[in-house]
Amino acid sequence: MAQDVASEVIRIIAEQAVLDPADVTPDSTLETLGIDSLGLVEAIFAIEETFDIQVPFNANDPGATEFDISSVAAIIAAVEDLVAKKG
Amino acid sequence: MHRVVITGQGTINALGSDVAQTLAGFREGRCGIGPLEFRDVERLSIRIGGQVRGYDPECHFNRQEIALYDRFTQFAILAGREALAQSGLAFLDGSESQQAGVVMGTAGGGLLTQDENYRTVYEEGKNRVHPFVVPKLMNNAAASHLSMTYNLQGPSFTVATACASSNHAMGLAFQLIRAGSARVMLTGGSESMLCFGGIKAWEGLRVMSRDACRPFSANRNGMVQGEGAAVFVFEEYEHARRRGAEILAEVVGFAMTSDAEDIVMPSRQGAARAMRGALADAGLAPDRVGYINAHGTGTTANDKTECAAVADVFGTHADRLMISSTKSMHGHVIGGTGAIELLACIMALRDGVIAPTIGYQEPDPECALDIVPNEAREARVEVAMSNAFAFGGLNAVLALRRI
Repeated sequence: MAQDVASEVIRIIAEQAVLDPADVTPDSTLETLGIDSLGLVEAIFAIEETFDIQVPFNANDPGATEFDISSVAAIIAAVEDLVAKKG
Repeated sequence: MHRVVITGQGTINALGSDVAQTLAGFREGRCGIGPLEFRDVERLSIRIGGQVRGYDPECHFNRQEIALYDRFTQFAILAGREALAQSGLAFLDGSESQQAGVVMGTAGGGLLTQDENYRTVYEEGKNRVHPFVVPKLMNNAAASHLSMTYNLQGPSFTVATACASSNHAMGLAFQLIRAGSARVMLTGGSESMLCFGGIKAWEGLRVMSRDACRPFSANRNGMVQGEGAAVFVFEEYEHARRRGAEILAEVVGFAMTSDAEDIVMPSRQGAARAMRGALADAGLAPDRVGYINAHGTGTTANDKTECAAVADVFGTHADRLMISSTKSMHGHVIGGTGAIELLACIMALRDGVIAPTIGYQEPDPECALDIVPNEAREARVEVAMSNAFAFGGLNAVLALRRI
């Protein structure tokens, strides 16, 4: 399951960045991938729909929420956490 | 070039059902934002707003009117009724009526009507809707009903530029009178999007606050939506003088600009050009401006961009003028917001009372202007300005002068 979450998150992020999933590495950041604030909001929507979870995120203060978006690895970890909490 | 003055004002919004209550709210720094009440609100994650409470359409309109008037139209008519009553122009006829019109702003139009009827056909599976759905939901319904109710036969239309709609509308009404195309214009804006579908759509953008609208405060976390309308009587100066009308303020400048950049992010340059344009249009030096009613949405992006733009335009005078966001009290009324906020500009000019920015808790170095925190202030102001910067990068700024 963990592997599935990672690959699905990478697929979603790659789609937003218009990149091949192979080009999205765990240490990539949204900035290096060229994903802007609208792209981020759309990616979070896709993540919520894919995993049937609620992602706590406010575009006004991306840094303050517990959902870490500092890198692709951080996003994957945060999504895995939310999926695990869902049970 | 004709001079243009304001001879009537009317409103209904979360702070009150008329101008007197609204201005009292501004003076008290009262918050009209509270828990939203409508069907399915429990399915929303955003549950606060500046809702008009205790409103009963049957107290104001008959059965036939209610069948035709969406809530945004009702608000517009109530505000228009108050404005016209104050102006003394109750009903126009003959050539007078042909030189009078209506320009209204709205973004959502009859969104409640749409929401209700989508529910009827998609959720409830019904195959028939009320026959007046189209004339009720159309964006020009409010402007049209105002023209019909008051026999205004001149230029009438609706402007939809999201959060700048009513400033664009009032600016165009100003230009029509100034150019001699009309003598009297009813103008302002109206919005009513507080319903399940309306808020659900906004939730998706993730710019809404769950707890409060705190413009310019370092801990601000988004906008809060409101509803309501404000309508003004704009009138050619000599026309107003001849009939001995009480003049509330003069409209002296207006400018519109487009960022041509981003569909949601604001632009410092676009905002600054609009403010400079309004000053140039009015022939005023920046240091004459004593008060700015800010766009001040309470989002991170708007407030810091707006403060930077004000600093660009006003230079050292930016530290002397007052700038406040009344959205902290009535919420962001989207297509009607600039009109409701113009009430605060007129209050500053006429009464010498500056409406505060309430909910202010922590200074933000990126918003280091005199934002009139939490309490109204007495000050003599000669020129006031009203900012509106819409999604889509469409900006509209008005300048008013005390008379």
